[in-house]
Amino acid sequence: MTQISQLPGSPLLEVNHVKKHYDGARPALEDISFSIRKGEFVSVIGPSGAGKSTLLRCINRMIEVSQGEIRFEGLSVGQLNRTDLKKLRSKIGMIFQHYNLVERLTVIENVLHGRLGSKSTLAGALGRYTREEKQHAMELIATLGLAEQVYQRCDRLSGGQKQRVGIARALVQDPKMILCDEPIASLDPSASRIIMEQLKRFSKEMHISLIVNLHQVDVALKYSDRILGVNKGRLVFDGGPGDLSPERISEIYGTESTGMKARYAS
Amino acid sequence: MPADIFVKRRNDRLLFFAALSVLTVGSIVITQYDVAAGFTSIGKAFVWGLSNFYPDAHAMTKLPEVLQKLWETILMSVAATTTAALFAMMLAMVGSRTTRINLLFSIFARGLASVFRNIPLVAWAMILMLAFSQSQLTGYLALFFGSLGFLTRAFIETIDEASTHAVEALQATGANYSSIILQAVLPSSLPQMVSWLLFMIDTNIRDATLVGLLTGTGVGFLFDVYYKSFHFHEASLVVIAIVITIIAIEMISNSIRRIIL
Repeated sequence: MTQISQLPGSPLLEVNHVKKHYDGARPALEDISFSIRKGEFVSVIGPSGAGKSTLLRCINRMIEVSQGEIRFEGLSVGQLNRTDLKKLRSKIGMIFQHYNLVERLTVIENVLHGRLGSKSTLAGALGRYTREEKQHAMELIATLGLAEQVYQRCDRLSGGQKQRVGIARALVQDPKMILCDEPIASLDPSASRIIMEQLKRFSKEMHISLIVNLHQVDVALKYSDRILGVNKGRLVFDGGPGDLSPERISEIYGTESTGMKARYAS
Repeated sequence: MPADIFVKRRNDRLLFFAALSVLTVGSIVITQYDVAAGFTSIGKAFVWGLSNFYPDAHAMTKLPEVLQKLWETILMSVAATTTAALFAMMLAMVGSRTTRINLLFSIFARGLASVFRNIPLVAWAMILMLAFSQSQLTGYLALFFGSLGFLTRAFIETIDEASTHAVEALQATGANYSSIILQAVLPSSLPQMVSWLLFMIDTNIRDATLVGLLTGTGVGFLFDVYYKSFHFHEASLVVIAIVITIIAIEMISNSIRRIIL
């Protein structure tokens, strides 16, 4: 488990010629390659069913790739054994469209779940956290503006508040990278803005790389350092927000909705 | 042009009712069941019940014995259900899509639950009687196996419904299996599981009466003895005691459910 291959200045994440086939159906991912540097904010856009979710889940191996290689900090993700895979996952936070909290537990308990990947089996199973871990969780909750809800059950929170709990759970891992799967797809515009601004802020202040699946082009343009466009499992765009012309957007989304997407982007 | 969806719906409905009518009439004809006589005899049974099937003063002297047997039956049902729930929990963890260790164990656990569930309670009692003769243990085991099958199925669905999302999140943080079970799966699904357990206790107290009739134990056997010796007043006392108990237990479990859910 050395990190010799992690040269200074080399990317945090490298995705090389990754393919994913589910049995029978057409490939979900076709020969995808890109790399991501430390602290980069990258959005992945594309129509529904383009493979955005699959791509994200291949990175922390929630889904196994069929071909190709993913390297995180120089380590080949596909080659890791169970213990090392858990270690890898503890360095990568994840945020979900449906928040994926244990709704019956309180905010603080859900946030502390982020520490489970770094704990011994017994301490994790019993849910015994150190004073420092609790302190850290409390600070994050306060930073996210949930200080008053610390001991409230998550099923009593609004969607925006739940997603902030999700962010705190990812941050308490001290992650190098956070994968966000449609983080604002179930939220109203004002809650969406709060979530995106907090993600942007943590990415900048804590130098965390972010990969965010989005289906709002305008949001991607506003917050991203870089945008990846995916269509039918292929990477069809990789560039800065400035390079994303209306023509490129219609390429990403397919030709039929050109007018609408162009209006979106302007 | 495709067929009109409304016409299709109407035809489907007509077809369904036609099939139902054929089934009903067919069954009546084949079994030679006399519908008119069947319904009129309900009235006669009611009249007979009112004139014979009520506890009189003499029957009331048997109350302590009835209550003691009833208490035995309740305890046996509770014991059978709770132990079954414990084993059902383990089977459900293995069988659930969310928490299974591998596909083979999952299929095995689901299959086992299905077999236990689909053997009728009376058949369980009869089979077990061969091994354990007429005893409390036979009744206990019959209820245990039936509950195990039902609860495993109910718990599997509870786990899959309540905790799939949270389990995904915890797997993504690198948490190990025991942490995921104890920190996410149980907190999400335990209240619903307790609710199923209470429902099963209700059902089992009712069924224990029937099982007792076969295994010669508890309040069911007492009813059988009174009934077959034409002590209808005492038999009615047993029935009333059972009904009151079941209503009371249902009310208690409803209020527990309200608190935990």
